[in-house]
Amino acid sequence: MKKGAAKWLLAFMLTTLAVALGGCAGDKEGESSSQITIGIPQDLEDSLDPHKAVAAGTKEVLFNLFEGLVKPTSDGDLIPAVASAYEESEGGKVYTFTLRDGVKFHDGSPVTAEDVKFSLDKCADTSNGGPLVPAFSNIESVTITDDHTVVVTLKEADTEFLAYMTTAIIPAANENPDTNPIGTGPYKYVSRSPQENFVVERFDDYWGEKANIEHVTFKICANADSIVMNLEGGSIDMFARVTATQAAELSDKFDVLEGTMNLVQALYLNNAVEPFDDVRVRQALCYAVNPQEIMDIISDGKGTELGSSMFPAFGKYYMEELNDTYQQNFDKAKELLADAGYPDGFSFTITVPSNYQPHIDTAQVLVEQFANIGVTANIQLVEWDSWLSDVYTDRNFESTVVGVDASSLTGAALLQRFTSTASNNFINYSNAAYDEAFANALASTDDAEKTKYYKECETILATDAANVYIQDLPEFVALNKNYTGYEFYPLYVQDIAKLKLVSQ
Amino acid sequence: MRYAGKKILTMCVTLFAVTLFVFLAFHMISGDPVTSMLGTQATPERAEALREELGLNDPVLVQYGRWAAGFLKGDMGTSYSYRMPVSEMIVDKLPVTITMTLMAFVWMILIAIPVGLYAAKHEGGVVDRIITVVNQIIMAVPPFFAGILITFVFGMIFRLFTPGGYVSYQVNTGKFVGYLFFPSLAIALPKAAMAIKLLRSSVISELKLDYVRTAYSRGNSKRSVLYRHVLKNAMIPVITFLGMALSDMIAGSIIIEQVFGIPGLGRILLTSISNRDYPVVMAVIVCIATLVLVVNMIVDVIYGLVDPRISVE
Amino acid sequence: MNWKKIRKNKNFIAGSILTGIMLLLILAGCFYTPYNPNTMDPSAKFAGVSLKHLMGCDNFGRDIFSRVLSGSRTTLIVAAGTVLIGVVFGILIGALTGYYGGVLDEVLMRINDAVFAFPSILLALLFISLLGSGKYHVIIALGIAFVPSFARIVRSEFIRNKNMDYVKSAKLQGAGDFRIMFVHILPNTMTVLLSAIMIGFNNAVLAEAGMSFLGIGVQPPDASLGRMLSEAQSFLFSAPMYALFPGLTIILLVLGFGLLSDGLKNE
Repeated sequence: MKKGAAKWLLAFMLTTLAVALGGCAGDKEGESSSQITIGIPQDLEDSLDPHKAVAAGTKEVLFNLFEGLVKPTSDGDLIPAVASAYEESEGGKVYTFTLRDGVKFHDGSPVTAEDVKFSLDKCADTSNGGPLVPAFSNIESVTITDDHTVVVTLKEADTEFLAYMTTAIIPAANENPDTNPIGTGPYKYVSRSPQENFVVERFDDYWGEKANIEHVTFKICANADSIVMNLEGGSIDMFARVTATQAAELSDKFDVLEGTMNLVQALYLNNAVEPFDDVRVRQALCYAVNPQEIMDIISDGKGTELGSSMFPAFGKYYMEELNDTYQQNFDKAKELLADAGYPDGFSFTITVPSNYQPHIDTAQVLVEQFANIGVTANIQLVEWDSWLSDVYTDRNFESTVVGVDASSLTGAALLQRFTSTASNNFINYSNAAYDEAFANALASTDDAEKTKYYKECETILATDAANVYIQDLPEFVALNKNYTGYEFYPLYVQDIAKLKLVSQ
Repeated sequence: MRYAGKKILTMCVTLFAVTLFVFLAFHMISGDPVTSMLGTQATPERAEALREELGLNDPVLVQYGRWAAGFLKGDMGTSYSYRMPVSEMIVDKLPVTITMTLMAFVWMILIAIPVGLYAAKHEGGVVDRIITVVNQIIMAVPPFFAGILITFVFGMIFRLFTPGGYVSYQVNTGKFVGYLFFPSLAIALPKAAMAIKLLRSSVISELKLDYVRTAYSRGNSKRSVLYRHVLKNAMIPVITFLGMALSDMIAGSIIIEQVFGIPGLGRILLTSISNRDYPVVMAVIVCIATLVLVVNMIVDVIYGLVDPRISVE
Repeated sequence: MNWKKIRKNKNFIAGSILTGIMLLLILAGCFYTPYNPNTMDPSAKFAGVSLKHLMGCDNFGRDIFSRVLSGSRTTLIVAAGTVLIGVVFGILIGALTGYYGGVLDEVLMRINDAVFAFPSILLALLFISLLGSGKYHVIIALGIAFVPSFARIVRSEFIRNKNMDYVKSAKLQGAGDFRIMFVHILPNTMTVLLSAIMIGFNNAVLAEAGMSFLGIGVQPPDASLGRMLSEAQSFLFSAPMYALFPGLTIILLVLGFGLLSDGLKNE
């Protein structure tokens, strides 16, 4: 009786093997309809409501599903989207938007002025402990003047406010925005499977230039090493942010594009704790560090050195000369330490979120560099969750290596957090001159003047050594040679609509 | 019948204790779900408002009561991080874990029974000695290391499969089963080695018993004695082991999933633990626990059927 | 045990030699490792196997041999702690329930069965989510998960022994319950217990490695064999040796104890 069963089982296993082996031989199916599979390192363990999503990894995917009244371009400009035109009046106090005709949501319903007002009001609503978009606390009112016109009036004039109007417009009628995202973007949501994939398809009623590729699957590749194998095996066609080592490995068979991550990576110092409350100590650390050496070790020299909280994608605000504020100089660093009362150095802890390898690697090199001036740094790896609660929210840390990015294309997005009263000023930086310069920048309506004040802010951060600035990390995108058209943005987004098949 | 009732009762009590324990545990550890839900946008006011909305400010036992009541009604709650019904996630992932475990079980039987019997039949022979030594070594290999070795040898050198190239059963069942081929082998190998050892010694000691000699003297062939009489008796201790192995494999699949990049219950469990997404954690644990307990019960029943000496009370 | 018997016991001999060598190496590693296991050397990133680095270097240029030594130490400490907790509480529970029986036995054994029905790795996972990860928490979590199996063994031994003549005569001589349990009966369960300890030790090594592999066990920069394997998995393509050595070490450790346990059973 046993033998019959055993034979049957054996047959079953052999069939399985045959299927397994067969499955590898021909992986690509017929490509009658265009499709692409894009690997992403983290799942969208998040709300799919564009206003509530918090993870950068979620936002960069949702970018393809949603649009605001205006939207950013890859050059860092803002162009009309759901609105066809806008007008700024009263020195940046009143913004009037004319809605574009014929814009439809993914469910086929047209975008109305009510939807726009609903979306903006939702983000400005303070009943849940604060507005979803912090900058919206400046909104006085959102009024519908006619079917095609929405007027946003601010409490205080802000000439940069347009940048926040990239906030997604969603239909007021959607009952489950958390799990059923409906927007106006070039792609619409199809399905998702936790820890597995997120699937979207082309929205054929898109108002503008339609996307090129019909079906897009974002596949979660949590295991860093399987990325190269996945790419080579053909189970994913693209992966943004491969490491320098992987990029080198892939460069023969794939197009490896190089851009920047658009973030300020630094050793962020808690300016409120000893010894970092002493500017000489902070400066000493800056003198001990050589960003170029860090880049050489962790990414074969790729990356952009930074000297303050601003990265080159911002163009007019970026000040390259600040990179030279501190040249590696151990003697000077030791001198400063001695002046500050630490002739024999000191020891401190660098808290690093464990989910992001470049930061961990950077911290390791920093430890070595600080050792040269007699300072002992210890690395403490923490889960992202603990990092958020301990470091970011409770500010209970000595120093941390992370990258801070910009949520919008404004100088304020990067610089506001260092004003002494900012709620997200997690380094407890406090400097009256800085607060004044920043207030001036916000208040000025003239672009040149605004730029001048922002630059003053950056200079203060650099000379005051608020943090040990390191770099804007390099970003390597590996793209299957069958596809082309990838564009880098100055924001943390992936624009899939521009991708196309080479044969297209 | 009384026996089965007792078993089921024990099972329910176990589940109750475990869920209560996990629930309490989650309220004692640092970090709450709100932190990861709000991320860098968290302000004390927004965090407080969200906590209130989710009912996290209620006493723990009230929260547990709410959860348990919902669960009994078939509502597993909503995931904090995915905001989707937990039941949907479980339904999506459970087949993966079950398929993988069953395949591993099949592997184990396919490997263990023929090899074990062969070794026992040829006790002391060269092949038997080799089997014994190899067996001892395989038993010492942790399943995840077996997985890594298999990935390296079959995935990277022979390119028989693409590591990480998992295909969902909803997309292509054939490829799905195909991808699970090697992971299930990795889970099965160490267990198969233990089963071989057990079966071998069990058959050998059975062969030395009087009834076997009697059977021979009656002119039965060695083959028929082995398959008709010996195997049946020798299987009794092995069945207990197979049952235990099956429940071990359910739990072991959590680790193997991680090695082969398979998005099953294990992956969901681990990420939910770090996101403090406890509705998901609770559901996954209840699922795995129920699977294990059901397997244990089935083994008890089979045991009773096979071994007449043990009467089901 | 007599010497002749031991000499015939191949499992025992092989196990002793293997375990002896491993323990000696690890012990030596407590006092001397060729390199500091946590010091990084960027120039030695993924250095191959050579006389300078016996097992090569990892992605940070750390010496793998040194890390395997210190990692095995961590793994062994965790395993030893786990077994210690399991054995102490297992003996207590097993002795009480086995010796006294009755309601206490019924209640404790129900709980015991319930816990036993749970795969230990899942149980440990639960405890870790309560305690947070880290070396000592892993010991506690695994230790608790290991109690039931020891309790079962001890209980059945106590039931077997409690009606034997030597116990009866001890009772007649007026020995107290605790004296009888721990001075008279316990030593008689040693052979069985010792073999169970060896198996428990193996399971603990495997469980620790599994948990660290999942990233919820020992935390960096501490090295542990499981942790190294999980790190190495990301570099399987570029540096397969990095995964091989910690894996082999686990196998050798477990093999040694497994053989010893088999040998003890045959005594």
